[in-house]
Amino acid sequence: MNIVVCIKQVPDTTEVRIDPKTNTLIREGVASIINPFDLYAIEEGVRLKEKFGGKVTVISMGPKQVENALREAISLGADEAVLMSDRAFAGSDTLATSLALSEGIRKTGFDVIICGKQAIDGDTAQVGPGIAAHLDIPQITYVKKIESINDGKILAERMVEEGYEVVESTLPVLITVVKEINEPRLPSLKGKMKAKKTEIKIITSEDLGIDKTKIGLDGSPTWVMKIFTPPKKEGGKIFEGSTEEVVAKLVSELQDNLI
Amino acid sequence: MNYGFTEEQLMIQEICDKIGKEKIVPVREKYDETGDFPWDIVKILSESDIFGVYLPEEYGGMGGGCLDMCIATETLSKYCGGIALAFAATGLGTYPLLLYGSEQQKKKYLPDIASGKKLAAFGLTESNAGSDVGGIQTTAVKKGDYYILNGTKQWITNGGEAEIYSVIASTNKAKGARGLSAFIVEKGTEGFSFGKKENKMGIRASVTRELVFEDCKIPKENILGREGAGFMVSMKTFDKSRPGVAAQALGIAQGALDEAVKFSRQRIQFEKPIASFQGVQFMLADMATKVEAARTLVYQAAREVDLGSKNISKISAMAKMYASDVAMEVTTDAVQILGGSGYMKEYPVEKMMRDAKITQIYEGTNQIQRGIIAMNLIKEGASLE
Repeated sequence: MNIVVCIKQVPDTTEVRIDPKTNTLIREGVASIINPFDLYAIEEGVRLKEKFGGKVTVISMGPKQVENALREAISLGADEAVLMSDRAFAGSDTLATSLALSEGIRKTGFDVIICGKQAIDGDTAQVGPGIAAHLDIPQITYVKKIESINDGKILAERMVEEGYEVVESTLPVLITVVKEINEPRLPSLKGKMKAKKTEIKIITSEDLGIDKTKIGLDGSPTWVMKIFTPPKKEGGKIFEGSTEEVVAKLVSELQDNLI
Repeated sequence: MNYGFTEEQLMIQEICDKIGKEKIVPVREKYDETGDFPWDIVKILSESDIFGVYLPEEYGGMGGGCLDMCIATETLSKYCGGIALAFAATGLGTYPLLLYGSEQQKKKYLPDIASGKKLAAFGLTESNAGSDVGGIQTTAVKKGDYYILNGTKQWITNGGEAEIYSVIASTNKAKGARGLSAFIVEKGTEGFSFGKKENKMGIRASVTRELVFEDCKIPKENILGREGAGFMVSMKTFDKSRPGVAAQALGIAQGALDEAVKFSRQRIQFEKPIASFQGVQFMLADMATKVEAARTLVYQAAREVDLGSKNISKISAMAKMYASDVAMEVTTDAVQILGGSGYMKEYPVEKMMRDAKITQIYEGTNQIQRGIIAMNLIKEGASLE
């Protein structure tokens, strides 16, 4: 089985601060990590390989430093890594990114494509579904369990607001996964050593023969007008005293300020 | 600090640190309380290839040595000295095989140990024999193609949970220590059972049981080395495993120091963090210096083992003795710095203090270590004359 896992390198949001003047992320000195949801995608890919055989290819688009994220994916059990890196890809929005990735994935071959449900920096959850659309294959989003894969079909449970749906699809398929699907393993020593030696395949826009007006800034209809930090919620107020006193204070506070 | 580790050793450290922080810290209090065996963590260690770090590649290991084992033990012990022992005690049980096993024995047993599929244990101590190895009562009598083992081993770490046991028994009582032999005994062998599980002061996540042999029949090819080599097997094993105990002590000490520094920066008394008081500062400075001195000695001992130095008994004993004494001092001081909080189970330092104590006792009490060091000094002195 040819399993492709799409990953994104993101800033570690537990460390990210926002510049109050420019309202942009302060990226300096912030560690880059694999998007946490993508760790579940890698783990599920590796589990599928362990069950059905085949190989897991991780793919990402971004600058050279994304190699580190790809190597980490190898240490977690992936077999091969592809980095789509080219100035022409820079500035791509989710539409252009998913188009470029779909062309890269077309080159590697695929039966199952797995993505994390969304990235923690952009939070759009659009790239996975976009890839499926560009490849014209079915997609199952928010998968929390793969029930079975056989006879060219997949049966999966996908999370919805209240409960879950069981969806069947033909292969090839793209799924996006939620964190309920598994518990990602930690890197192994053998994996880490393999990761160090693994050659990362670089793919450029030339290699894909892709229409350059459809990638990068030119291919991105999304226009970011402004990025800002939502105002912080102000802390609540706790009234103390007897029930009568508290109720009286609450009513007067509501009358004075809110109503 | 740069300790001159190889890239692989840095990876071992990084992986064990991740396992410690993410997997051990959340469960260490529970295991300390219940005394259950931490199989879930053993599984994670095995999946991460940690059990094989000191074993040769030809037997499925990672090809490292004693220092690699020490780095793993130290790093894991920083988070829980008890849980780390499932790994470290397997090392102790494996060294006899590694040092004296035949090619066939190594091929049979080491791959499963390297992969973490099976744990190992070392059985020497008895109710009347510990420091005095010559007092061993367990016997192995050769009958045809078998040895018949009878006797009871006491306080055996990993006892009952391990699959592979290196056991010391007497094949010739008249010869005392020179009549001892070492054997591999597999769990499940008829006549081999386990006695009571001990209720311990510390390292409670580690299991300690009796091994009971009642007419236990093992194939004669399970002997390690030759008849009468048991004392030597034990001593050479201890020479190489003691840096491991030292690393365990070192890890516990480092863990306690980290907690003490963290607490002293947060705890406000007299409107200041207690870390701003010189009395506390001097304690922390002494603790950190002792830990660093112990670390240098432990790494040096491990490196001597890996270099194949001829006489490692002395430096090995020094590392074990010094690091464990430091662990006891530093954990006690950590409890003192945390004060009332330190005495409570909500904070990890009281456990670290209980865990530290055993490192002064097992794999040769620190009195035995001092004896070994002195004996080597006297021998060296005599050779100069």
